Amino acid sequence: MIPVCRIEDLPEGESVRIEIDDATPAIAVFHTDGALYAVDDTCSHQDASLSEGWVEGCFVECPLHAALFDLRTGAPVCLPARRPVRTHEVSVVDGMIHVRPAVPEEEAVA
Amino acid sequence: MRTVTVVGASLAGLYAARALRAQGFDGRLVVIGAERHRPYDRPPLSKDFLARAPGAPAMAAGARSPSDADTLALSDADAVTLSDAEALSLSDADEDAELAAEWLLGTPAAGLDTAGRAVLLADGRRITTDGVVIATGATPRTLPGPPRAGVHTLRTLDDAVALRAELHAGARKVVVIGGGFIGAEAASTCAELGADVTIVEAAPLPLVPQLGREIAQVCARLHTGHGVRLLCGTGVKALRADGRGDGDRGDSGAPPGTTTRRAPRVTGVELADGRLLGADTVIVGIGVRPATDWLAASPLALRDGVLCDQGGVTALRQVVAAGDVARYGELRAEHWTSATEQPAVAVRNLLAGTTVARHTAPPYFWSDQYGSRIQLAGHRGPKDTVRIAEGSPEEGSLLAVYERDGEITAAFALNRPRPFTRLRRRLGAGRPAAPAAPAGAPAAAPGATP
Ligand SMILES: Cc1cc2nc3c(=O)[nH]c(=O)nc-3n(C[C@H](O)[C@H](O)[C@H](O)COP(=O)(O)OP(=O)(O)OC[C@H]3O[C@@H](n4cnc5c(N)ncnc54)[C@H](O)[C@@H]3O)c2cc1C
Ligand code: FES
Repeated sequence: MIPVCRIEDLPEGESVRIEIDDATPAIAVFHTDGALYAVDDTCSHQDASLSEGWVEGCFVECPLHAALFDLRTGAPVCLPARRPVRTHEVSVVDGMIHVRPAVPEEEAVA
Repeated sequence: MRTVTVVGASLAGLYAARALRAQGFDGRLVVIGAERHRPYDRPPLSKDFLARAPGAPAMAAGARSPSDADTLALSDADAVTLSDAEALSLSDADEDAELAAEWLLGTPAAGLDTAGRAVLLADGRRITTDGVVIATGATPRTLPGPPRAGVHTLRTLDDAVALRAELHAGARKVVVIGGGFIGAEAASTCAELGADVTIVEAAPLPLVPQLGREIAQVCARLHTGHGVRLLCGTGVKALRADGRGDGDRGDSGAPPGTTTRRAPRVTGVELADGRLLGADTVIVGIGVRPATDWLAASPLALRDGVLCDQGGVTALRQVVAAGDVARYGELRAEHWTSATEQPAVAVRNLLAGTTVARHTAPPYFWSDQYGSRIQLAGHRGPKDTVRIAEGSPEEGSLLAVYERDGEITAAFALNRPRPFTRLRRRLGAGRPAAPAAPAGAPAAAPGATP
């Protein structure tokens, strides 16, 4: 479990990007619609940070080309993204938000 | 409509094909493309694609028949590799199957026979059709003068492959002609690759018409801050070649498939003010012109693009246009996002037989240079004032708003995506009121923009 920040430091509508180590892709944590979500921060389309995106309900819109992702599943809802972003488990322990980074899936073999 | 033909197999053409199927068109769908490639994404061509070392070995340049080329997802061009084509591809096999389109690639359309309701191909074929979507994009302007090896434009995958091969052959002296967005990105990538880079810009400062003087200045400093020389206020008189033929280094971007005698290799750029810049590679980024030559004999109105209403409908109801080639009302955008948004609107109107939808989203553009991201949205007018609402050039991160009569007309961001997106959405919703300037934010004097 990786500590993110205190729950009061991530008010509703806000998002934060966390870097864990060189081997783990950065994670974006969102507080929206009364819930917390964590997904890979880098858009599955090109190079943009989803934590900088526009959040509405349980969706985030990429700030570069406006692909929309469902924060609950990581699935893209519209083009130009075609691949999902990974989701990660979030929990709050004693007022502190934590994420458990998903075990990296087997990298697609080129 | 039984048959719809999309002319131009790139971003707008693919989005038009998608929109046709998404909107229920189940007739014959033909897509005609001058390039041999399936639709691919252009923005990376001046960015990561150019920076990346040529990857997998070139596919064997085997002899393939033209009909084979029609069905191949990628071509057997000199050095376009499987990984290149995959990395840039705008669609995948599943989607291609779903679209069920006939792709006629590698042959440009040569005309529109409106009386006979047909699109004419350069190879003599004739595609009878009920509706046409024009999505032929734009073609780079070139400099007058004899051809020179080592001189590149940057629009197509083949252009980028040829330029990339030269750049990765070793650190070189690169002269970029034109300081617009393509020139700026190419210069940035060349500098990243260790080349000695000079940009030659005819205007006193690049991008002033797009950004206004103050913000153009911010962008100009990105070049100089990264060791790229920016020579402004001087045109190019000639591209010099010392007379030697080009050895085996790259080519001048001659159309693939044609055998050309090697043009003499460029050795320098002679400026209008008499200076001579040595050059191994020259990149010409002096703008594009809409690809409308093939429509010259058609009854369509052409003026810096195909004239359309706000819904992409031309003077002929069964012909619509989208993307870089299309002038919607007064505006012709050369932006990726417009080329993805306009087709759905144009197709809807084509299928309805009249203008029932309009494209109203504000223009939006991004550019990546020297590790910084620039974003611009809205309709900046030449008399708009600009003020920096957040951040500063010194921080390398800022949000600037353009205003007219107390209303925001456009927004510019340098490495500031979050507030930019907020503003961009408000621009889309129409008539945003100006946010109060935060304390200490420098305000540009009215008239600071040209
Ligand atoms: C290097 C580069 C970097 C870019 N970077 C950015 C960026 O960072 N941000 C951004 O917003 N935009 C960027 N753009 C612009 C963006 O790529 C274009 O706006 C977009 O490609 C326009 O799409 P289009 O389909 O209208 O035209 P195009 O992509 O130009 O496609 C038109 C197609 O039609 C074909 N064609 C032409 N004539 C004929 C004919 N007679 N018959 C059949 N086919 C024909 C052409 O061969 C071409 O394949 C960049 C462009 C380039 C070249
Ligand atoms: S980078 Fe996210 S949509 Fe393109």
